[in-house]
Amino acid sequence: MSEPSVLDVPGIGLGPASQVPVGEGRLFEVGSRTVAVFRLRDGGFRATDPWCPHRGGPLADGLVGAGTVTCPFHGYRFDLSSGCAVGHDCPPIATYPVSLDAAGELRLHVEGVLRD
Amino acid sequence: MKQTPRVVVIGNGMAGARFVEELVRRRGEVQPDVVMFGDEPYGNYNRILLSGVLAGTHQPEDVFLNPLAWYHEHDVTLHAGARVTRIDREARRVYAGGDLSVPYDQLIIATGSVPFIPPIDGLRGPSGALADGAFVFRTLDDCHEIVRHAKQSRRAAVIGGGLLGLEAARGLLELGLDVHVVHLMPHLMDVQLDRPAGRVLELALTQMGVHLHLEKATSGVLGDGRVAGLRFSDGSTLDCDLVVVAAGIRPNVALAAQAGLDVGRGVIVGDDLATSDPHVFAIGECSEHRGQTYGLVAPLWEQARVLAERLAGVSPDATYEGSRVSTKLKVMEVDLAVMGVKEADPDLDEVVTYAEPSRGLYKKLIVRDGRLAGAIVMGDGTIVPTLLQAFDRGTTLPDDRSQLLFPRTAGDGQAPSVQSIAAATQVCNCNGVTKQQLVDAVRNGCRTLKAVCSATRAATGCGSCATLVQAVVEDAAGGSLDVDPAAHYYVPGVPMAKTELVAAIREHELRSVSAVFTALAGGREDAGSKPGLASLLKSMWGAAYEDERDARYINDRVHANIQKDRTFSVVPRIYGGVTSAAELRRIADVADKYQVPMVKITGGQRIDLLGIRKEQLPHVWKDLGMPSGHAYTKGFRTCKTCVGTEFCRYGVGDSTGLGVAIERRFQGIEAPAKLKLATAGCPRNCSEATTKDIGAVAIEGGRWEIYVGGAAGSRVRKGDLLVTVDTHDEVMRLTGRFMQYYREHGRYLERTYDFVERLGLDHVRAVVVDDAEGIAADLDRAMQESVDAYVDPWLEADTPVHPAQFVDVVGAGAGPAPIATTMEAVR
Repeated sequence: MSEPSVLDVPGIGLGPASQVPVGEGRLFEVGSRTVAVFRLRDGGFRATDPWCPHRGGPLADGLVGAGTVTCPFHGYRFDLSSGCAVGHDCPPIATYPVSLDAAGELRLHVEGVLRD
Repeated sequence: MKQTPRVVVIGNGMAGARFVEELVRRRGEVQPDVVMFGDEPYGNYNRILLSGVLAGTHQPEDVFLNPLAWYHEHDVTLHAGARVTRIDREARRVYAGGDLSVPYDQLIIATGSVPFIPPIDGLRGPSGALADGAFVFRTLDDCHEIVRHAKQSRRAAVIGGGLLGLEAARGLLELGLDVHVVHLMPHLMDVQLDRPAGRVLELALTQMGVHLHLEKATSGVLGDGRVAGLRFSDGSTLDCDLVVVAAGIRPNVALAAQAGLDVGRGVIVGDDLATSDPHVFAIGECSEHRGQTYGLVAPLWEQARVLAERLAGVSPDATYEGSRVSTKLKVMEVDLAVMGVKEADPDLDEVVTYAEPSRGLYKKLIVRDGRLAGAIVMGDGTIVPTLLQAFDRGTTLPDDRSQLLFPRTAGDGQAPSVQSIAAATQVCNCNGVTKQQLVDAVRNGCRTLKAVCSATRAATGCGSCATLVQAVVEDAAGGSLDVDPAAHYYVPGVPMAKTELVAAIREHELRSVSAVFTALAGGREDAGSKPGLASLLKSMWGAAYEDERDARYINDRVHANIQKDRTFSVVPRIYGGVTSAAELRRIADVADKYQVPMVKITGGQRIDLLGIRKEQLPHVWKDLGMPSGHAYTKGFRTCKTCVGTEFCRYGVGDSTGLGVAIERRFQGIEAPAKLKLATAGCPRNCSEATTKDIGAVAIEGGRWEIYVGGAAGSRVRKGDLLVTVDTHDEVMRLTGRFMQYYREHGRYLERTYDFVERLGLDHVRAVVVDDAEGIAADLDRAMQESVDAYVDPWLEADTPVHPAQFVDVVGAGAGPAPIATTMEAVR
């Protein structure tokens, strides 16, 4: 998912992972910002900016598959790890390291973003 | 770990290079080591475009497909300019010029063909080389030589009036020479064209200034070592100082024959493309499959793909079963498309022809069993995409064949020809894609229609431009377009057509979308394939389907239609469009309570509440106290009605009663695409039932006409009359049966108008009305099960499938870092 050094940082607790239905995305408010967190069917989690750069579609409502999300508005696809557009030339979306701690809580590692 | 297999390819032409491209693209578990031998000292190039090089319309660098660097990047060892001299099958080694010798595990012979040089006196000198001024037309080097010699020549003769000869003639004409074509047979391009088509072509060429000499056998070349003219068997002569020999090609089988492989006209291969030695394969022009040799690019690419799939281990059992040959070409500026058989069988076939030689027009269709068995189209590119599609898919042709020869688009006369469209013209009106953008995508390397569409987004909106986009792309690619195998898949992420997929799902008892990906797609879940699979599984398993909500599009997760501001529209069910004061009052109360920004009457006779937030949806549904109107599902939407016999002075049938009954029965039934229905109480058709997916129109005498496959959306099509029946019950039963047949056999997102055209009305009628396949009872039973299994999805207002089903923001961050500032610092 990311470098171990990033995940060493405790990160910000987002609560239990079960808040996000399997294979879907939901939003979390983190300070003044909103982040979309996706729960992949392989057990992994990804966090990105919530809105599609094309026309503001809600990515958390998109279809997830093979590490990508497809915006429900016009079908634009983004890689959930890199944030890069797949098959079109939209600007990328920001992504954030996110992990599951021993207690089953989601943790968003925004410090890791700073370090990058 | 297994040792890396070594694949050796002899031939770096259209077939060999294509195979290697297909192989490296698929390199997965099996990572063969690839070594290639090419006669020519280049990377591979597109031989089809050589006539352009000769004519000066293409620069030599334009025709290269892969430069030498490509081979290096893909770890392919290319021996360019090294001619293979011997295959030792015992030792599994090939020997090439000098002392090069390479072992192989699998050997692919793709040696193509060699020009046929007829025995003509004086054509070859004592050394066996062609006389000075005489050339063949096969390679890039041949092109260069011809161009060089043409600079000091005035009159050229081309021996051979086939496709290659005419391409050479075109090039020579462009070079400013006086061009004569000498052909042995009574008409030009006799392999592809019938005699009348040949005549039309001859007239067109003559008008361009080409001199034709038909039924002439060349017996000798005049001149002493240097071409000065030709002598014919009838004693006549023709002065010329340049000769191009284009008298046909022969499969290049010398190496294979020397190696002791079975050789007929070509190297004989089976459906696995293996020769008589299981370690040696042959593809392309040098091979002979089921008695057939191919000289066109499409079959050879198909062979390359199948062989690559086998050898890369992707599908080791893939087979090549022959190709239905069709081709589109430009012969001296004349558009020509040829497919299937050339001559009709008088006992079996119906022939439809139209000829107008003065305008260079010739169109001939050979129809067998209502399907296109062959066609020749000259001078009219606009009708070709439709014909190619009908030919490739084997679809039933419209009863009025003239529609195929002279298409009339609704309202606006003749469709524009592809070449006549200006570059800046917008072709896709949904995504604003111009012709130029499509052409650029092809030039930038998109090789399939799908690749062009995904790069430009053309035809990804309403899809009504798909045929035109296809025509533009095919024209721009000049016949070098790949057929995308995924075009035949039910969904792009699982490599199977629908029938095959359904069988596999049943065999492995796959009841959820994720189980399908695990079992049939190597575990790779493809987002775009999820809704299609979900729809299919639901129609197959009914109540036993394991619903995974993430496989649904957002509209089907929250049972409402998402809008551009991320709010939703709510359309309650109003059966047959017949409502009441009490219902209207409740709707009005909801609109007030939730301050609904817009209340709108829809085209389907419903009331739409727009601007509802996701969180509000369950509350709105409960306050409405009405079931879902399913204005978002791929499935049954509405049955529009007129007031029929109840109030209308003209009504001859109870259309409202029927419409309400239809809607009560079929509400929520899912299908490959949406289904809009209507009932009309008389032929005045106020509810527009003849342009619906299914429509019932009352006629005098208490009877009902049932129409299927109508549409009035991005495409306008009048429905086909399926049958006329006597009662409401019969309308209901046949409606259900047609819908179930469509659910089981329609492609995902294929509307009924495409479905009916694909299968043919006669076929649909035979199955649905006459029960020709004996499945009517099964269809009726399956539909009844779906009807019985229906539950109003808006009941999820009280019992959501997940606590966050209707919630966007599920939580807030809490933790050690002062978030706002750190996040701001990131920017």
